[in-house]
Amino acid sequence: MAVDYKTLKNGGFMRQVQKNNFSLRLKVVGGNLTASQLLAIADISKKYGDGHIHLTSRQGVEIPFIKLADVEQVKAELEAGGVNTGVCGPRVRTVTACQGNAICPSGCIDTYPLAVEISERYFGKELPHKFKFGITGCANNCLKAEENDLGVKGGYTIELVKENCTLCGVCVKACREGAIAKIDNGIVLDKSKCNNCGRCVKSCPFDAWKGEPGYILSFGGLFGNQIARGEQFLPIIRDKETLFRVADAALAFFDKHAKPSERFRIAIDRTGWDAFKTEMEVAYHG
Amino acid sequence: MDDFAIDENTDITDVVCPMTFVKAKVALEELEDGQVLSIRLNDGEPVQNVPRSIKDEGHRILKLADNEDGTYNLIVKKVKTK
Ligand code: HEM
Ligand code: SF4
Ligand code: SF4
Ligand code: SF4
Repeated sequence: MAVDYKTLKNGGFMRQVQKNNFSLRLKVVGGNLTASQLLAIADISKKYGDGHIHLTSRQGVEIPFIKLADVEQVKAELEAGGVNTGVCGPRVRTVTACQGNAICPSGCIDTYPLAVEISERYFGKELPHKFKFGITGCANNCLKAEENDLGVKGGYTIELVKENCTLCGVCVKACREGAIAKIDNGIVLDKSKCNNCGRCVKSCPFDAWKGEPGYILSFGGLFGNQIARGEQFLPIIRDKETLFRVADAALAFFDKHAKPSERFRIAIDRTGWDAFKTEMEVAYHG
Repeated sequence: MDDFAIDENTDITDVVCPMTFVKAKVALEELEDGQVLSIRLNDGEPVQNVPRSIKDEGHRILKLADNEDGTYNLIVKKVKTK
């Protein structure tokens, strides 16, 4: 039988050092699996693998030591257990996310539903090279947004409601950026220092800081053979419609300008950041 | 400046995070509803984080006073939760 390794790999079967053994990559969105999915995964590992499971660096799950002969059977059993196989190769990869504001008190946005939306829209989409989305709920950046081709970071756009402020002084200290100062009879904000972390909103005992959630995007992050930090240049985005318009435009730019097997970052570097930024700004403004 | 009738004092400058919050929480638990606690805390992480944690517990923060010696007094009114 001729083995089509490429098809196997697209379906998430990663060739191992051990001949005819594959590490099966599963589909995980935003780092969440249900307990019953985990049980199904455990079952398969015991039955078809060697009883161990590997957690990848991007919230993926792999079942190593799957035999070539069992591939179809394993796929069917996984599907019955509500688990899908992941992808490799030149396409949109696992969408990662931290727990966001549904779980984490520091969170500014609800990351998991957004990860699901992004995954439904783009997961597996074929491109010149791999493409990674990562979503982090706030400036603490537990999910390391800027490592991704397209990083999304939650933030608050803040505004002082003067009448509520008692000048208690809590926010001046809660802000780590030194953006808030207390002067004679008021609180003043230096917007140029504000990183939208939302700590003032969350710490003010009198609801005197109003915060509106939004998304801060970074483009062209790499953290492999080459390392580059994703660049932020757009203003904070306040609605999903704009977010998806910009994401669509970023993927279209990649598809159009990248050579085969060229990462997003390298394609932007080669094409020129000015042209790229202009296209993103056009998409941002609609 | 407003002054508050302080019922109790606690000093958490002798512990570090996360014990700062634990110690403040224990001190608040010993108060009656509506009583006022003054918590002395250090600059840096404690003053950045402890007020927020106490707010999240449902208590009322009245004031943060700078003692100008690298410590602060956080004045908190106990709010009894269910
Ligand atoms: C006001 C109180 C607290 C403060 C200011 C605080 C602050 C922090 C900070 C700054 C970190 C490092 C985060 C990072 O690596 O980016 C951390 C991590 C951690 N904290 Fe706290 N913390 C507090 C309360 C607690 C409590 C009550 C516990 C548990 C009883 C706790 C358990 C942990 C653990 C386990 C980590 C490590 C998490 C990890 O590395 O995955 N913390 N904390
Ligand atoms: S990035 Fe923010 S919201 Fe996400 S887990 Fe870290 S602290 Fe919480
Ligand atoms: S959002 Fe964060 S950085 Fe901006 S003023 Fe508030 S605490 Fe400071
Ligand atoms: S924490 Fe709120 S009430 Fe206190 S000084 Fe800041 S804005 Fe005013």
